Amino acid sequence: MKYEAVIGLEIHAQLLTDSKIFCGCSTKFGAAPNSNICPVCTGQPGVLPVLNKKVVEFAIKTGLALKGNVAKRSVFARKNYFYPDLPKNYQISQYELPLVVGGHMDVTIDGKIKHIGITRIHLEEDAGKLVHKGAAGLKGSTGSLVDFNRTGVPLMEIVTEPDIRSPEEAKLFMQDLRNLLVYLGVCDGNMEEGSLRCDANVSLRPAGKKELGTKTEVKNMNSFKSVQKALESEIKRQAEMLGSGERIVQETRLFDDLTGTTTPMRSKEEAHDYRYFPEPDLVPVEPDKKWVDEISKTITELPNAKKTRLMKDHGLPELDANVLTDDKALADFFEECLKLYKNAKNLSNWMIGDLTAYLKVKKIGIKDINISPAQFIEMLNLIDKGTISRNSAKGIMVKMLDGGRSVNDIVAESGATQISDESELLKIITDVMKNNPKSVTDYKSGKEPALFHLIGQVMRATKGRANPETAKKLLTEALKK
Amino acid sequence: MELFELTAHELHAKLDRQETSAEEIVRSVLGRISRVENSVFAFMTVNIDEAITKAKEIDEYITSGKKMTPLTGIPIAIKDNMCTRGMLTTASSKILRNYIPPYNATVVEKILQAGAIPIGKTNLDEFAMGSSTENSAYKVTKNPWNLGTVPGGSSGGSAACIAADEAILAFGSDTGGSIRQPASFCGVVGLKPTYGRVSRYGLIAFASSLDQIGPLTKDVTDAAIFLNSIAGHDPKDSTSVDLPVPDYRKSLIDDVKNLKIGVIKELLGEGIGSSVKSSILEAAELLKKLGAKVEEVSMPTLKYGVATYYLLATAEASSNLERYDGVKYGHRSSEADDLLAMYYNTRREGFGPEVKRRIMLGTYALSAGYYDAYYLKAQKVRTLIKNDFDKAFSKFDCLISPTAPSPAFKIGEKTDDPLSMYLSDIATIPINLAGIPAISIPCGFVNDLPVGLQIIGKAFSEEMLFRVAYTYEQNTEWHKRKPKL
Repeated sequence: MKYEAVIGLEIHAQLLTDSKIFCGCSTKFGAAPNSNICPVCTGQPGVLPVLNKKVVEFAIKTGLALKGNVAKRSVFARKNYFYPDLPKNYQISQYELPLVVGGHMDVTIDGKIKHIGITRIHLEEDAGKLVHKGAAGLKGSTGSLVDFNRTGVPLMEIVTEPDIRSPEEAKLFMQDLRNLLVYLGVCDGNMEEGSLRCDANVSLRPAGKKELGTKTEVKNMNSFKSVQKALESEIKRQAEMLGSGERIVQETRLFDDLTGTTTPMRSKEEAHDYRYFPEPDLVPVEPDKKWVDEISKTITELPNAKKTRLMKDHGLPELDANVLTDDKALADFFEECLKLYKNAKNLSNWMIGDLTAYLKVKKIGIKDINISPAQFIEMLNLIDKGTISRNSAKGIMVKMLDGGRSVNDIVAESGATQISDESELLKIITDVMKNNPKSVTDYKSGKEPALFHLIGQVMRATKGRANPETAKKLLTEALKK
Repeated sequence: MELFELTAHELHAKLDRQETSAEEIVRSVLGRISRVENSVFAFMTVNIDEAITKAKEIDEYITSGKKMTPLTGIPIAIKDNMCTRGMLTTASSKILRNYIPPYNATVVEKILQAGAIPIGKTNLDEFAMGSSTENSAYKVTKNPWNLGTVPGGSSGGSAACIAADEAILAFGSDTGGSIRQPASFCGVVGLKPTYGRVSRYGLIAFASSLDQIGPLTKDVTDAAIFLNSIAGHDPKDSTSVDLPVPDYRKSLIDDVKNLKIGVIKELLGEGIGSSVKSSILEAAELLKKLGAKVEEVSMPTLKYGVATYYLLATAEASSNLERYDGVKYGHRSSEADDLLAMYYNTRREGFGPEVKRRIMLGTYALSAGYYDAYYLKAQKVRTLIKNDFDKAFSKFDCLISPTAPSPAFKIGEKTDDPLSMYLSDIATIPINLAGIPAISIPCGFVNDLPVGLQIIGKAFSEEMLFRVAYTYEQNTEWHKRKPKL
């Protein structure tokens, strides 16, 4: 039988606020264990939470960008469960009255637009981190330590409708959502570091049927690729079970990136009774219209709009526009450059070609480079003027990026300016012809490719500094003589 | 008269006239503590050295001509469920036997700023759960009027230390009557302010939507002075209300003429002792004589108060007490090989029977399948009770009732009967559910044990309560009696 997959996602995004959701502690990642803590986020007796307004603002901003409805009245609730990384043994979250209800995001799949509904967006606090001594996990360890630095870091949970039908769609949705969050400036979108996390509810049903099958929840997908891999594996597992007449058990399953499979974590019977109830230490959130309007004005151009504009206003092909807008920082750099440089396509070629290749090798983002858009444009201008060759520019760019230096410095130091002076070039060409009599004869006897060998020799003799066009012209003329 | 016998406003006047010093006051109070504490057992901790050091600092401050507040140099006892930085804070529970807070409760910070001197931490029913202070894991506080009876609870240590002149002012906290009922039993003044009037930051939570900190004092004037310095919005407590704090001393007016006072019918009926009832009716009569218009009022929903309270308060408590798990602070069982055993054993060893009972009740009320029938239903009844009060306050300026159904009962009398213990809060609980203020003042004696009159006002009407209480006090002598110790 053919099955259709029904997938809904629950996404947790750490919000980029300076301080935690219910206290003034810093949210900075990577600080020494238990250095960003206070009585509130360590759950001392008697402390009370105070809601960080910026956190609400970020969630409203996201809600508006996803075309959801900002609730007139939203309430925090306690989710009760015991775990050592949760100092109060309850998590302040939202349950019945989330901050944003509804919304959607359109994802383009195989050229078609797919509408994926958003059920809700709510706010909650992150838990701390356990470190186990003497082993990678709890098992076999000699002791466990708790680091509360992450406790109280604001999390925004986005829940989708079960509108997703394939692992590919899920991956594309996650990528687009990540982009949106980064564009909004509310999340850094780093799945590997856990600032963006995703769980999935998956069930299968016979193709064409309406009723939903029994679902499982898949957790621990730490990259876009693993979202796709985990869902493929889970769908395959469920299809095999259904195919052999077995029933799906409602349970939570953990994905293992190494084996590429999911394993059971806990069954429905073992599921917690979280005993949610309204948090009595916080008052309901009632965002007034004026504030929501102000927040909506802070939403700048989103990825799709930017893509369309780059294609329309700057004549970029769709592929270029896609690559550039997929990384907000790259797009920002591109647009800064465009203020100083007219040839958008040439700029795009350099950026998605050599520059991106460099970033990949160095495993860094464009934000980490230490040259400015103006310095980058200086280099393009020197190429356009013919001062340096396209070829030598490649090496020069690497030197600029490595050392954070200007193109003029490097050119002056290495004498890497292009040689366009005809008399100087002619001298070199005469030498090359003298040293390569066979190629000269070959060319003269009609073997045209011999010309390229000779040009190559000229470039070699000038360490790549010869203006290739001028060299070619002069060489052809010399060979005719 | 000895210094320890005086009120805060009397001591302030003496300090102002330089007739005494903070050190003399502190030494007088410490001397009193050393003489009577081993029969009263009001304190968990007494700050002997710190209090004397602080008093000397205050005296230097005063002699340097700096401005005094009404609390400067006044020894204050703090209920042991309020966090004091660097000072043991146990909530009278074994589970916090070694807990030294890294921070001060906002109210503690406020009295320190005002120049008051923390004299010690007082005993309470474990986590403020109880009506007799017998649920303390450490000691049973005795009622100074009769050492064979309870001081009430949960602020029994605070009420007893005021009655026994072991402190000038004391902090209490009130979730279902924990300030007013012990005030009634010990013959002192106890005020539960409007929910949100005083910051809860640093008060070890029992039931967050009901808890409120308030004063226990020797007279109404001291209660007004004390509230002046602790009331107000606190950015650290989102449920504290951002309303200006009036000068409550200005409402100490000896005049109730034409005030409309309702006597709550349901709180003079079944379950209320007849001698208590006659004390209250005499008080009503006196207020009438002083010019108030006194009438009976019926509030039919009040009978659901105790049931509603024991669902909501326990539900919140079950969650508030989850943090005591042996991981971060306090007691940790040494009998555990894994995480679950650590949780189980730590909590089994650390909590007393009444706390366990309430955790179980509350957990049950919030559980899947029971939430609607218990927690949600109780929330609805809470609204009905609130509405009943709103209705009453559309006709009356304030309401009166007994604070407790009986005077102090014998130690051990109700420990085996939780339900009858719960019913000793029948008159105070509805006030917490409605979030409104109420004050208990001495209004008579039955078998040489004090009886308390409860005066109830609408939200943020503490001024009205002070006015009526002050008028009653000025026209009676009850508050001047002292127990023989």
